Amino acid sequence: MDLLLSSIELIARWDVMAALFIGSIGGVLVGALPGVGAAVAIAIVLPVTFSLEPIVGLTALLGIYGSSMFGGAIPAILVNTPGTPVNALTTYDGFPMTQRGEARRALSLAYSASFFGALFSIAALMLLAPVLASIAPMFGSREIFLAAFLGILMVIITHRGQVLAAGILAFLGIFIQTIGIEGTAYTQRYTFDLPILQSGVNLIVVVLGLFAISQALILFMDKDKQTTFPKVEKVGFFEQMRDLWIYRRIATVGSSFGVICGMIPGVGEFMSQFMSYAYAQRTSKTPELFGKGNPEGIVASEAANNSVPAAAMIPLLALGIPGEELTAMMLAVFYVHNVIPGPQLFSGQMDFVLALYICLLLLNVIVVVFLFFATTTLMRAMAIPNRFLGMMILTFSLIGIYSLRNSLADVATASAFGVFGFILKRLDYPTSPIILGIVLGKLMEDKLRTATARVHSFWEFIDRPIAFILFSLIVIALGVQAWTVWKDWTAKKENENA
Amino acid sequence: MFLPGVMMSENTTEEPHVFPVGRRPGEILFATLTMVIALALLAAIFWQTTWLPGKRLAAQPRFWPGLSLLGVVIFGFLHAMSRLRVTRTPGRWIEATVWVRSLEFICWYMLYVWAIPVVGYLSATVLFCSALAFRLGYRGRMIGWAALFGLCVVLFFKTAMNVKIPGGAIYEFAPESLRYILLRYF
Repeated sequence: MDLLLSSIELIARWDVMAALFIGSIGGVLVGALPGVGAAVAIAIVLPVTFSLEPIVGLTALLGIYGSSMFGGAIPAILVNTPGTPVNALTTYDGFPMTQRGEARRALSLAYSASFFGALFSIAALMLLAPVLASIAPMFGSREIFLAAFLGILMVIITHRGQVLAAGILAFLGIFIQTIGIEGTAYTQRYTFDLPILQSGVNLIVVVLGLFAISQALILFMDKDKQTTFPKVEKVGFFEQMRDLWIYRRIATVGSSFGVICGMIPGVGEFMSQFMSYAYAQRTSKTPELFGKGNPEGIVASEAANNSVPAAAMIPLLALGIPGEELTAMMLAVFYVHNVIPGPQLFSGQMDFVLALYICLLLLNVIVVVFLFFATTTLMRAMAIPNRFLGMMILTFSLIGIYSLRNSLADVATASAFGVFGFILKRLDYPTSPIILGIVLGKLMEDKLRTATARVHSFWEFIDRPIAFILFSLIVIALGVQAWTVWKDWTAKKENENA
Repeated sequence: MFLPGVMMSENTTEEPHVFPVGRRPGEILFATLTMVIALALLAAIFWQTTWLPGKRLAAQPRFWPGLSLLGVVIFGFLHAMSRLRVTRTPGRWIEATVWVRSLEFICWYMLYVWAIPVVGYLSATVLFCSALAFRLGYRGRMIGWAALFGLCVVLFFKTAMNVKIPGGAIYEFAPESLRYILLRYF
């Protein structure tokens, strides 16, 4: 009870509430604008939050992170264009429902499933908190190294169809973090005697280039699309909840997938929603209607993807390991304020952790109430032309880059990463492996160096329970991937022979 | 990303994990450029990193750059090989032209950044937004919206949020009473 009161005290301030409100509403808005998304918005806002207290800055970022997927469902359902990449699966059943004149029901199901997923994951994590607080101190250098390694491995192998490209980019990220003067023997690495490279490549500059500038370039090269929105009546909150009750099993299982996938570094929303969707289809009485406007499909994907943000905070807070690019960006806020996430934070500052979960809970309530009133207004914002939106993103991105150090070199570096990110997006390659490579690469280097100073053999490295479990998970993940490659190879050969 | 077993629609079938069925224009070009750059960096490892005698491998400053570049080369090679064996969509050089064309907007951006310490954040932003909107083909009212957007950005971030962006050299010519306000808020 004292813990709860202490957490409430942390957030019962006007600046935290304002950050929560602005973040939540802003998150819905950027989610609803196809071509922006949470990653771009967080990248832009991130440097601005550095001047705020950690709880205020993190609340604003959490607001954007947790609410963007709500907004992303709107264009996915109404105009067959996902607002964020995570909402892609919602289009499969959402848009056919709109074509059938059931836009209102599709939207209400998406909102209520998202709300349910978020509440489910927050509740699950609050219940799990004492367990996690007792497990977190068991993570030493070798366990954190193995968890980070598992994260890198998962981010590579979960990019199905692009495993090799994801591998290139993850290793590239690891290389980028090595540039500059390293922190133990203070030797230079790949600085080419250039002063601007001696302090290394700034993560924020890379993030803004890869996410914001590249997205602006993508929009500039695109054509403006004329979008016509169907008429949607106001969505009734209680009606939403009633409708979701019919699909409670799918919502619960989908949310469970979200919680599990969110907690595993490198997995995240995509895998959880595909697992949830596959489960819903497999157990449905009408599997043939999936992809043709089955409400179960919307519930499965939205419940799963919205239960990830709260769960993804677990490896970040408990171990200092971000699971995907958005939590990697949030990690930067911690470091700027010298608050080091990890076992000590989770066991020693539980009120701070709980305060973040309360904020997540509140933001979901704010978002649902906002959407209840503002869905039709949001549709007007979605009419902003693509290239105009690109101009807006480019203008915003300058604030993030230039306000860091007023450095023209930072802007040039961000621009170079912007062009690189643009090429990746044109080729349909993922950008998240680079960011995770940078963040997890640094963690792996530090932890491996510390761990190997104390252990003298490989078996000693994994002789503690958590280390052994993590090592086993790595072996299993590699084994599953090898089996998948073999299966693909034999299928390919059979096709060639046929 | 696709998950085997999920049939999204009649036209979508199971996607392979590793072995692609086709390749986009520019994929081989990208893989080749990445590998060449990684190999060049790898060749420079002996004079760009240090080997400390008596230290364990994991504590060597050379270890992680070497490992990561080797990873880029190996994955790059495998990626190029997997892409070479599948049906190609023509248009490699057209795609490369699109990559180069994007540099025009980077030039606009750099010009904007260069102009801020000279003409001030407010003027540079309003001019940048309007001029870029014009370049993108917008006319009439849209240019006005672009200028208004630029103004709002300055008012929110510089005036209200006090984000650290330098004032313009041009402000030095303003009257004493106005100079501080311009430098501080615009």
